[in-house]
Amino acid sequence: MSTVFIALQTNEDTRPIVEAIVQDNPSAVVNEQPAMVKIDANDKLVVRRETIEELIGRPYDLQELQINLITMSGNLDQTDDEMVLYWNA
Amino acid sequence: MQIDLRTVSIKPLRHTFDNIARRIGADKPASRYQEGTLDMQQTANFHYRPTWDPDHLIYDTARTAIKMADWYAFKDPRQFYYGAYTLARAKQQDTAEANFDFVENRGLAATLPDEVRDTVLQMLIPLRHVAWGSNMNNAGICAYGYGTAFTQPCIYQSMDQLGIAQYITRVGLLLGDVDVLDSAKKAWMEDDAWQGLRRYVEDCMVIKDPVELFVAQNVALDGLLYPLVYETIIDDVLSSKGGTPVAMLTQFMTDWYTEVKKWIDATMKTAAAESDENKAILGKWVVAWRDRAAAALLPVGRIALGERTDELTAEVVQQFNARMAKAGVPV
Amino acid sequence: MDMQVAKKKLGLKERYAVMTRGLDWTPSYQKMEDIYPYIAYEGIKIHDWDKWEDPFRLTMDAYWKYQAEKERKLYAIIDAFAQNNGHLNVTDARYLNTVKLFISGISPLEYVAHRGFAHAGRQFPGPGPRVACLMQSLDEIRHAQTQVHAISNYNKYYNGMHDFHHAHDRVWFLSVPKSFFDDAITAGPFEFMVSIGFSFEYVLTNLLFVPFVSGAAYNGDMGTMTFGFSAQSDEARHMTLGLEVIKFILQQDPANVPIVQRWIDKWTWRGYRVLTLVAMMMDYMLPKRTMSWKEAWEVYFEENGGALFKDLARYGIKMPDCAAQIALEKDHLSHQAWSTFYNYAAAANFHTWMPDEDEMAWLSSKYPESYDKYYRPRMEYWREEAAKGNRFYNKTLPMLCQTCQIPMIFTEPGDPTKLCYREVDYKGDKYHFCSDHCKKIFEDEPEKYVQAWLPVHQIYQGNCFPEGTDPTVEGFDPLAAVLKYYNLEFGRDNLDFEVSEDRKNFAEWRGQATKNV
Repeated sequence: MSTVFIALQTNEDTRPIVEAIVQDNPSAVVNEQPAMVKIDANDKLVVRRETIEELIGRPYDLQELQINLITMSGNLDQTDDEMVLYWNA
Repeated sequence: MQIDLRTVSIKPLRHTFDNIARRIGADKPASRYQEGTLDMQQTANFHYRPTWDPDHLIYDTARTAIKMADWYAFKDPRQFYYGAYTLARAKQQDTAEANFDFVENRGLAATLPDEVRDTVLQMLIPLRHVAWGSNMNNAGICAYGYGTAFTQPCIYQSMDQLGIAQYITRVGLLLGDVDVLDSAKKAWMEDDAWQGLRRYVEDCMVIKDPVELFVAQNVALDGLLYPLVYETIIDDVLSSKGGTPVAMLTQFMTDWYTEVKKWIDATMKTAAAESDENKAILGKWVVAWRDRAAAALLPVGRIALGERTDELTAEVVQQFNARMAKAGVPV
Repeated sequence: MDMQVAKKKLGLKERYAVMTRGLDWTPSYQKMEDIYPYIAYEGIKIHDWDKWEDPFRLTMDAYWKYQAEKERKLYAIIDAFAQNNGHLNVTDARYLNTVKLFISGISPLEYVAHRGFAHAGRQFPGPGPRVACLMQSLDEIRHAQTQVHAISNYNKYYNGMHDFHHAHDRVWFLSVPKSFFDDAITAGPFEFMVSIGFSFEYVLTNLLFVPFVSGAAYNGDMGTMTFGFSAQSDEARHMTLGLEVIKFILQQDPANVPIVQRWIDKWTWRGYRVLTLVAMMMDYMLPKRTMSWKEAWEVYFEENGGALFKDLARYGIKMPDCAAQIALEKDHLSHQAWSTFYNYAAAANFHTWMPDEDEMAWLSSKYPESYDKYYRPRMEYWREEAAKGNRFYNKTLPMLCQTCQIPMIFTEPGDPTKLCYREVDYKGDKYHFCSDHCKKIFEDEPEKYVQAWLPVHQIYQGNCFPEGTDPTVEGFDPLAAVLKYYNLEFGRDNLDFEVSEDRKNFAEWRGQATKNV
């Protein structure tokens, strides 16, 4: 088992995103650091557009994530609907 | 009413970095363009020679025949540093987006006369490959040129041309489908009308001198292509035949070229004003590449202009010559 | 998504494909090898550039839109920071020295990255990696500029940063980061991608930026925090590019595997040696610490890098051998480095100091195996001497490692009481190394590393004095002449923090800001 993670700036834009990630990833652990929030998960972490849209009540383009992204680890696969980070191990 | 906003007032020790103060002649507040541009490129005590070009230093003035006492004599009149650049493009992008939406939501593409639509598909869409070539050529100028004042705008130009290639692609997808792009590419690769231009673009890709490449790509080719295609053909000729929606879809290119022309002219002017030697070399390059570019554009122009091609192309060349003369380059 | 397509709704991947690879063609008027002349000599075999998987798929219009939004936010904060004298909100004036280290050591590298990625982005025959490289080239000039713009305000009030471009090309310790990037950009385009795109961006960047940036946040430096986090958002794109490049090269041909492994080994070590500066920054220079260097190494390299190399194992790539030595050094690196800079405080563009009692207690708790035993006694001695007015400044010049260019200060792996020292005879000259790994890097490419511009050698050869200096005149002061060449002002830019103008001014200005005078 390997850890994948994503780190986002802490702000109003990312609050619902973090919430969405936690909803969609049962293994997600949220780690709040100065001005940033890092989310670890086992082997795979999914960011789903629909979940975010339900939380914010407007259409969301996953590429908007770029604005608040700090760092991440794992292989990346992005489509219109989801962004997946994963290790193949 | 006077508002007295109090903050702690402390006296700064200096107003800008020393290198900026040396260049602007005094320790005074400098612009973000200046602080983000001047002396950004390293100049001394390089550790190793490039394994890919052992005859030169990492950054080397000897890669070009043009000689400058100071490569920071160049100044981008737009004063683009990254922030100013992206903000300007984001604004244009917004307009372009609104234009695409307008044309799309009102179904204006379907209202285009067949003749106009065919001209656009045949003449405009293959130009996405020309823009792609420019993306690559400007990357080369940026990589192998000397001094941030000269090289910085070239990465912007490179990415702008990628953006233009993508806008043209969207025009194709709006007027047709992916097969429209395929047939345009086939024309680019095989049709006689395009081979002069394709040869020109490929020949540019092997130019080693970054300033000559700047002349061949940004001065000569773009200097004829943009006025001919976007100003003459699309904005004038096609618009008068009911092709105004096309002009909306290419507004980005028209506005963009009006803007970049200022930078290109300023660059030529500075290089030419430096010395008679520079002037002579630039003049030689401009004439040679202009003549090739004009010849290569004739069959492309003919797709839209028919028998008026020679006359309108000659006009564009004449305007180009006037531009160069104004920049102090003998043509 | 901005790219709206009327007829057939293309998915993100197809849409991006027509917007990038669809633009490319196979040339027929010029030969491929003339258009892409630098792609063969490294021995990497690529059979099918179309197998390249694009990570983030940003078209230019989306790029402009999102990047402009980031820039708007960033400059609003930079402006607010300047208007509010934000610099007076940092924990204490010692913190400013991390900013000096950053602007003179790191920001110029961002610029080299910009040019390097323009070069790689021009040279790769595959449209996918080419576009990704050029976008990164554009991002890197952003990073260089936003750092200069954010730090410009600090430069107005504090010393040591005023001529950072000039310093970067000349000051002795800055040859460590400079030679690192010079090494990368002078390598072939594939090695450049492995060195910067993968080893630096993917494996090590978290160790550079997250500590610096979290450190800034923790120490009240809003300006640095903001440009740092804003730059990091691009970094996420760069990291995925680095990882895709490695996977792509490895998948293309089994013969690529040993070449790539050698590069990963080399660049992990080279990058780690540069991070020595970060290690001491984290453990000594941040008044309020976020985590120790050792903890950061464990989280970001051992844990995260471990997962990465486990993932790459199926291509035949293994964890670099140097990781074992780095693990042995993690209890010592920052202490040895800070001791060295404490020694050479007369010749650097930032101030140094000895940790106070609380800070020593923190170091003991973070380094229970090493700090009290090896480093505390030495530091207490220096502190006592300084209190008696004998602040120690080392006036001799250190021997440098030919590869990493760090003074030969590191100890034998496993024996912190013995200096590590290696040498190689090459064409009649003797070359010195700090470690087996630096020695091996030299031995693999001696013709490259003999060219190194070693600051100490250059000083001894008389190349680091202002023009017209006569070193034979009576009373010649070599340090004064070298500082002139560096354009550093003795007594303002250098020496101990305790006696610095920065300390005095900061205290006075902060007093004005918080008290009624």
